[in-house]
Amino acid sequence: MNEEDLICIICPTSCTLRVCKELSGSLRVEGALCPKGVEYAIREVNDPRRVVISVVKVVGGDLPTVSVKTSKPVPKKCIPEIMKATASIELKAPVEIGQVVIRDICGVDVIATRRVKKVNSIYLFKL
Amino acid sequence: MLELNYDGIVIGAGPAGIAAAIRAKELGLKVVLIENRDLLGGIPLQCVHPGFGLHYFREDLTGTEFIYRLFDKMDKVGVEYLLKSHVHSIEFIAHNEKIVNVITPKGVLSLKAKTLIYTAGARERHMFEINIAGDRPAGIYTAGEAQILMDMYGIIPGKEIVIVGSGDIGLIMARRFALEGAKVKAVIELMYYPGGLIRNVVQCLQDYNIPLYLSHAVTRVVGKKRVEKVVVAKVDEKLRPIKETEFEIPCDTVVLAAGLIPNLDMLEKIGLLADPYTRGPIVNEFLETNIPGVFVAGNALVINDLVDYVVEQGELAAEGARYFLENDGIPTMDWKPVVKGRNIRFVVPHYVSGRRDVTFYARVQYPEKNVIVTIPEVGWRMKMFNVRPAEMVRVKLSKRLLDGASSAEKISIEVAPSE
Repeated sequence: MNEEDLICIICPTSCTLRVCKELSGSLRVEGALCPKGVEYAIREVNDPRRVVISVVKVVGGDLPTVSVKTSKPVPKKCIPEIMKATASIELKAPVEIGQVVIRDICGVDVIATRRVKKVNSIYLFKL
Repeated sequence: MLELNYDGIVIGAGPAGIAAAIRAKELGLKVVLIENRDLLGGIPLQCVHPGFGLHYFREDLTGTEFIYRLFDKMDKVGVEYLLKSHVHSIEFIAHNEKIVNVITPKGVLSLKAKTLIYTAGARERHMFEINIAGDRPAGIYTAGEAQILMDMYGIIPGKEIVIVGSGDIGLIMARRFALEGAKVKAVIELMYYPGGLIRNVVQCLQDYNIPLYLSHAVTRVVGKKRVEKVVVAKVDEKLRPIKETEFEIPCDTVVLAAGLIPNLDMLEKIGLLADPYTRGPIVNEFLETNIPGVFVAGNALVINDLVDYVVEQGELAAEGARYFLENDGIPTMDWKPVVKGRNIRFVVPHYVSGRRDVTFYARVQYPEKNVIVTIPEVGWRMKMFNVRPAEMVRVKLSKRLLDGASSAEKISIEVAPSE
C-alpha cells in the first residue's frame, strides 16, 4: 500500500492530507477538513495540473516582453513542452490582453496577460 | 496650463493609488495622481503569476491582468495623472492646505491640495539590513529587481541561484527561475517557519524540488567579480548563526527576499508618527495619519499579502478624504485605541470611533494551530485552524457590532487557544 503526504492548497487552512492507495486501487484521503481537500488530493495524485506562466519576446513594443499564461491548468508533465514553445517564438507589437499567443498546445491555449503598445523605432527597446 | 489647486493629491500610481484616485474622482473630488516612473501600475505590472483579484474581481487573475482592469476603470472615470514626476517634498501649511513640490518633465510644480493620499508603496530590505557580510561582487539582486529583469525585460540574472528569505516574492521568483531553466540551489529562511503563504511553498518549491532551509542564515557572500558562493549556517533559538554548522553553497547569483519596509521618508519629514511594528503610520479608521488630511494606503500603510486589500485601503482613504473635505477636517471623536492582545504582532487601524463599519488588518507573532481570534469588547470571535505570520488576519466589524462596545475604552484583538 502506497502513502503520500500532501498539503492542501485550496484555502489558507492548509490541511495536511494523507493519500493511501488501497490494494483495490481506490484512493483514501485522510486529514481533509472539507470535501474540496479530498478532491484536490485525488487529482494531485492522479493528474496534477498547474497554470503555467512565462514571458514571450516582443519586437517593436514599449516593452521587450509580454507576459503569458495557459488558459487552463495543464498536466505537470506538459510544463517543459510549454516553456520550450514560449521561449522559441517572437511576437510583433501591439499585443492585447487575452490575445492567443500559441493555439492548442497540450490541449490549452497560451494567452497574453499584458498589453504591449507599438512604438516608433527610435524608442525601440533592444534585447 | 496645469491647475495648481486640488481637493486631493495621490502620490504613487500602484494599485492603492489608482484605486484611491478612481474612488476620489467618483466621489466628485478634484484629484491628480502623481507617479515617478514612466508608466502606471507599480508592482503588479511585473507580477506575471496568478492569485490576484480573487476577492475584488472574484476571478483568479495574474498581477498584470489585475492592474489592466484598474487601468480600464481609470480611463472610464477619467483620472488626471502625471508620469515621470518625482515628488521632491511635501509642505504642511495648515490642516486643509498642503503643498506638494513635484519635479516633472515640464518643470517644477508646486501643487496645492486640501488632502493627500500617500500610496508610495514599500521598499525591499537589502543585504546589510539582514546581517550578510562579505564581498560585494556582481550578482546580488533583490527579488523585485530580479522580477523586473525577468518578467518585464526578459533577462535572466543568473544560472545558479540562492534565494535569501522565503517571503512570497522569493518563493514566486524561485519558481520563475526554475521554469526558465536556472538552477535554484536553495531558499534560506532565518525563522523556523516559511515567510510566505503555504500554497506558495507547495506550488513554487515542492513542485520544482527546491530545498528550503528553515532556521538557517546566509552569513557571508564570497566572490571577486561575480558571486562565487555563499556561506550558510544554522541559527540558534536567538537567531544567531552557529559557527560549527557552516557550509558553502556554490552559486553565481544571490536573490534577497527578506521582506518589505513601507516608504515613508517624505512624510516623516513633516512629523508623521509611525508604528514600530508595521513600520507604517499610525492611523484612524479613515486611514488618516497624525497629520490632518494626510491619508496612507497600500504597502505604505502596512505590508499586505493580497492586492485586493491594497485596493480596498486605497478606496477607503479616498472616502476618508471626502469626509475630511465635507467637514473641514475629520471631526474630533471619542477615539478608542485598538489594543494588541495575545499573539498579535500588529493591527491596523490604530484608532476607531465605533460610529462606522471598520476593517482590521492584523498579523500574528508566531504560527499557532486551533485558535480563536476574538475581539472581546464586541463579543466577536472566529475559530481558525491555523494562523501564520505570513497570512494577514482581516476582520470586518459592522457599526451595529461596535455599538455594543460604545462604553468600552478600547477595542482589543487577541488570539486564544481553542479549548
